[in-house]
Amino acid sequence: MFKKIGFRLIFAVALTSLTIIGVFAYFNVQSHSRGLLHEVERHANQLGETVISSTRFDMMLNQRDRIQQVINSIGTQPQIRDVRILNKVGKIIYSSDTTNINQMVDKKAESCYACHSANAPLEKISITARTRIFQIDSGSSRVMGIITPIYNGKSCWQAACHVHPKDQKVLGVLDVTISLAEVDETIQKSELEIVVFALVAILGVGLLIGFFVRRWVSLPINSLLSATKQVSMGNLNYSIKNMGDDEIGMLAYSFNNMTKKLSEARMQLFQSDKMASLGRLAAGVAHEINNPLTGVLTYSSFLLKRTQDNAEYQEDLKVIVRETLRCREIVKSLLDFARQTVPKKNYADINEIIERAIGVIENQLSLNKVKIIKELDNYLPKITVDANQIQQVFINLFVNASDAIGENGGALTVTTHQISLSPYGVAQIKKALCPKRHSLIDNDFKIGGLPSLKVKVISENNDGIIHLDPVYGKHRNHFDLGFSVTKDAKFVCPDCNISLILNNKRCPECGSALLAFETNGQGIYEVCSSEKNNWEKWEFVDSAGLSEYIEIKINDTGSGINSEDLSKIFEPFFSTKGQKGTGLGLAVIWGIIDNHNGTITVESEVGKGTTFVIRLPLTQQR
Amino acid sequence: MSKAADILVIDDEQVVRDAVVKITMLDNYTVDAAANVKSAIEKISKNYYAIIICDIMMPDGDGFQILEELHNRNIGSSVIMTTGYSTVENAVNSLYNGALDFIPKPFTVDELLSSVFRASKYQRIKKKQKQFLGKNDDVELLYVTCPAKYLRLGYASWIYEERVGSVLLGVCDLFLKTIESVKEIELLKAEEVLMQGISCISITSIAERIHKILSPVSGRIVEVNENLLNNSSLIEKDPYFEGWVYRVIPTDIEYEKKHLIKDSSELL
Repeated sequence: MFKKIGFRLIFAVALTSLTIIGVFAYFNVQSHSRGLLHEVERHANQLGETVISSTRFDMMLNQRDRIQQVINSIGTQPQIRDVRILNKVGKIIYSSDTTNINQMVDKKAESCYACHSANAPLEKISITARTRIFQIDSGSSRVMGIITPIYNGKSCWQAACHVHPKDQKVLGVLDVTISLAEVDETIQKSELEIVVFALVAILGVGLLIGFFVRRWVSLPINSLLSATKQVSMGNLNYSIKNMGDDEIGMLAYSFNNMTKKLSEARMQLFQSDKMASLGRLAAGVAHEINNPLTGVLTYSSFLLKRTQDNAEYQEDLKVIVRETLRCREIVKSLLDFARQTVPKKNYADINEIIERAIGVIENQLSLNKVKIIKELDNYLPKITVDANQIQQVFINLFVNASDAIGENGGALTVTTHQISLSPYGVAQIKKALCPKRHSLIDNDFKIGGLPSLKVKVISENNDGIIHLDPVYGKHRNHFDLGFSVTKDAKFVCPDCNISLILNNKRCPECGSALLAFETNGQGIYEVCSSEKNNWEKWEFVDSAGLSEYIEIKINDTGSGINSEDLSKIFEPFFSTKGQKGTGLGLAVIWGIIDNHNGTITVESEVGKGTTFVIRLPLTQQR
Repeated sequence: MSKAADILVIDDEQVVRDAVVKITMLDNYTVDAAANVKSAIEKISKNYYAIIICDIMMPDGDGFQILEELHNRNIGSSVIMTTGYSTVENAVNSLYNGALDFIPKPFTVDELLSSVFRASKYQRIKKKQKQFLGKNDDVELLYVTCPAKYLRLGYASWIYEERVGSVLLGVCDLFLKTIESVKEIELLKAEEVLMQGISCISITSIAERIHKILSPVSGRIVEVNENLLNNSSLIEKDPYFEGWVYRVIPTDIEYEKKHLIKDSSELL
């Protein structure tokens, strides 16, 4: 539960708001209670002054009963706990609580302490010093006491009673104590209110954050998660539905893009494999069929020659010869498809090849009212290709486009430009040497049609050869040893048994030994020796950065291809032209482009047209 | 060397051997057969065959070994290569390595017979030439050889590189001498595409034999010799100059040149 990102977020937000509200509430309550106490204090002070001035006249006349009466009546007010007047030596002279009268108050008592803390008593003190808050006993509410000194005045020592001598400064103090029960209750109430408010606020914020986190984070992440699960199970056609344009939406978009590219790459690889095996099959079949076909064709044409006077036989034999010739043409196109020869590559200008291809079928295109739009990049570098084969590719694609456009006319757009793509999964190790300069390239063991790298493994009493994929980033390594490789196994050159293990470096992913190959002018190629790990590094290629490709787009405004057919169009014998075609054209094109280490992809929309995209590497690997 | 038969057919397929025997017997040739490279070389070393019809792919080797063997032993048989795996490369390599002709399987009776016809005529010209050279110091050739700077595919077709980047394409005189007089020439049209090693000219002789000529280059035809269309005998009168056939923009001439023969001295 706590591992959920939503919960963590809510927790963090709640903690933050709790802190903020707590601090705010603390200071708020503080200032509130200070204000209240201040008010009570002012009130008490005023009360003290009022008592003194209202009893002054009675004091002059020394009418003590009246003074006591005033104090009694003030003392009956509900908030006022006690009103006392103490004389200079601490004797209670008047008190609202009459039982206290004539009792002595100690100098250390709350009422006296403020002035008598020093040796010589203070004569004038500020209002705050005169005020104190205390609890009489632990169970009762707080009490505020305020003392108001009664100063000696001219009228006092000149009065008839002559009670006070002239040199006395302070005659006594009025001590008023007010119960703070009501104030304390108010403060407690506001504290409770703030706590309740804080809790409600945190709960509210939590729920709100929870709702948005769920909506903006949890749900999209869950759908991303289920998408990655789908992809890891091999369903590369899975795509996440539109998730908005925030970061997660962008992530989903880029995820979709990645799976699309992956699925394309897988298709290409799959197609490549299929084509190669089909090619071998076709070549084998064609060769095998041609021999018996020679028998049929020679004997039938032989009979045709010998039965020239028999019209009845002639008719039938002509059919046999004609149909056998038809077989010959079919097998011939099969062979064209299967031809696995190395292309005759030369330095050529793709734009020129396109121009030539257009030149060849210009007449046919103009007959079909096809407008040719050329958007050729004039600064395209030359490229090593089999000009004939590439021209054949263009011609075939143009003819297909023309067929798709039909008789009503349309446009054929050819675009060329240069693009950059990552070399990973493309670059090939063509030369690999051991430290003693023995070649480690095994021409007899090919991976993906390319000579592999051979390494001898010596593990305990066993030894054998492993073959590594020569294509950087493809990892189609062959570890068919028949015994398990121990941790301290040796990986050596099959010719001289010199170790190929790097001494000062281990695989950063699994810690296994690393094998190093000198690639003859292209730096060192490093690869993890473990069968289970695919770590590899080829600094030279990595530092070279992106590889350059020439991209050729051929777009037509024809009838388009429906998505069902679109996945099959590069398969041999797949044709939408019925009797008109053998269904080998695009398969042959595919083979040619593959032979050039290039790729061909197609996009199409029924009724709108079709676009073929061909990418040819600027520098040839093979 | 005793003369056992006119023709040796080398093929691992019984049906093909039988068919070749039957067909060539139509034109009264005597035929011997070998089923593999080993027995073929045995037969070649024992007897002289004017014509050898040789398959390329056999279980114990390929037809190119036979060509090499003939070359090493200096045997002047005319070799017609044939294969079920009929690729352009096989055709061009065969002709470059001394074969007289290449016919892809499956072939018809007429295709084989016209090839055999040319081969035997070639042998006769060769024989005659030898006698001629033996008698007379004042060498007079029975045919016109390729001019200098011309390149040819086998003994059949030639190209001449023009300065403007195009090439002229024509038929060698020796090839024309191995067929009867030309009755009709069937040509491709301008803008059509040639492939090296694929038939590009078809000549029908007055004996109604059809002789196909393999193209020495790949490229696009930009011009067809109009004069030749009007007057087909021009090709026989002046095969290297007025009798040119196509003007071609080649696509990959630098590569294809490797399989063309440069020297003007012809096979004999």
